[in-house]
Amino acid sequence: MNRRGDPFPYLLLLPAAFLTLAIVAWPLIETFRLSFTNASLRPVEKYVGFENFVEIFEDDFWEVIQRTFLWMFLGVTLKIVMGTIGAVLLNAAVPGRALFRVLVMPPWIVPIAIGVFMWSWLYNGQFGMISGVAQSIGLLDGPFEFLAYPNAAFMATIVTDVWIGTPLVALYLLASMQSIPTELYEAAWTDGASRAYRFRRITLPLIAPSIFTMALLSAIWTFNSFDIIWILTEGGPRGATTTMIIDTYKTAITRFRFGEGAARAVMILVCLTAFAGAYLALLSRTGRRGGAQ
Amino acid sequence: MISKYKWWELVITYTGMALFLTFILAPFAEALMVSLRPIDSVFRVPYRFFTDNMTIQPYIDMWTSVPKLGRYILNSFFISCAVTALALACIIPAAYSFARFNYRFRDGFLVAFLAVNMVGAAVLIIPLYKLMFSLGILNTYWAMIIPGAAFSVPTGIFLMRSYFLRIPRELEDAAYVDGASRLYTLRRVILPVALPGIMVVTIATFIAAYAQQFLFALTFNSVTDYHPLPVGLYQFFGRERVLWNELMAASLVGILPVLMVYVFLQRYIVAGLTAGAVKE
Repeated sequence: MNRRGDPFPYLLLLPAAFLTLAIVAWPLIETFRLSFTNASLRPVEKYVGFENFVEIFEDDFWEVIQRTFLWMFLGVTLKIVMGTIGAVLLNAAVPGRALFRVLVMPPWIVPIAIGVFMWSWLYNGQFGMISGVAQSIGLLDGPFEFLAYPNAAFMATIVTDVWIGTPLVALYLLASMQSIPTELYEAAWTDGASRAYRFRRITLPLIAPSIFTMALLSAIWTFNSFDIIWILTEGGPRGATTTMIIDTYKTAITRFRFGEGAARAVMILVCLTAFAGAYLALLSRTGRRGGAQ
Repeated sequence: MISKYKWWELVITYTGMALFLTFILAPFAEALMVSLRPIDSVFRVPYRFFTDNMTIQPYIDMWTSVPKLGRYILNSFFISCAVTALALACIIPAAYSFARFNYRFRDGFLVAFLAVNMVGAAVLIIPLYKLMFSLGILNTYWAMIIPGAAFSVPTGIFLMRSYFLRIPRELEDAAYVDGASRLYTLRRVILPVALPGIMVVTIATFIAAYAQQFLFALTFNSVTDYHPLPVGLYQFFGRERVLWNELMAASLVGILPVLMVYVFLQRYIVAGLTAGAVKE
């Protein structure tokens, strides 16, 4: 049914291609162009060469990059660890499992912003739950405003990010675990292998590729994360939670320095390209091994 | 029996589940408790999970404190529906094209769509802002719908494509032999068979659209009448004294529709997530 030069398959692509070109591809190119200009709200803009890039590195940009990667690394590690534990629990053949599966997903289902509103109340120092419980069991001497201190705020934003991201990781790893043939477990069980042993020697090696894929995807999503930090701290206190995304948004949208903001965005794109390259390499490897699906 | 658990394994499993659920559900539980208190007992030390003066008053007062609450919830719903419709109109034909035809650059295009998935919307916010401005759609629903749809298309294509791949080719071949045109075949033969897949993609897109309507609304829209719920409530944050009880009540009411969708269609959602978004 395929003639060479047949326009039909291309026509089918047209709506998606048009939308993507307009909303993603063109803005991508435009970001690069803007990064070499001094664009702002004023209608005139002129080319300034690499001035924006020189300027941002004279700023505290290195610190922002380091902070972003630390934020991402901690967030992804926790999500993967929690997600794996979650998947094991979701997979356990015990009564009540169905209910557990339903109750684990809400953080991922509800609007991100609304989940974050709830956390912002939990972190409240005077009246919030975390500070309150920590005081009553003696972990804290007095009220502690989690979002007011740099390190605590940094960790708090990570915890909220983990809360939102863990369900999806757990679900995905659960699907991966369920695709393991039961015969493997039965054989191991016949040989007298304990549950922990079976997990270590069968489950973990077989879901390792999925864990790796999920870690990479999760890294990309975490890197791009905006809502959580913006609602909890807007990048504060004293810049302690300013990741590259928050930094770009502040420069561009709050201070209207489009040129400089675009230069910061270009630096994000450089990082993302590295992740994307890794992801696509992984895809093409599994694609060749296991077919298109 | 292989799946038989020893008593201590059961203890560990249920303890693990309890701890996990505590982490997952604590924010919801606390939000519910706060939403059922008068504001003076919200702001009271020491912290108590239960207090004796529970009331549903915040659920009544919130409609006056947030006069446009109903509007925000409707906006959220409307924007998500529009995003889903627009995205599906792009996803279904494109996924079919990728799944069924062989042509030059096909794999290249597919990779290009996947690569789009890596770029978060916040990175492109400057040119997007300029684009919305020059199209004259800043401060309209379109400024939230169009970008929202564009960013959900790649995942959708990927998911939908895997469903189309599972439909046997013989079905189309039979239709072609009968002289049906390709567009007719797509509409009348393939789409009905792919309906369960389309359902999954629809639900997944809708939920994602509902979950992620903060950035575009915050940046591209300043007309309060058009705000979706998250941004509408976010504006409360700037106030001198946040009415946490009413804010939480409004939040819970706002997430109720999507939670109901989730509870009823849970099976589809789980299937969709695991089959498509990330699965290879």
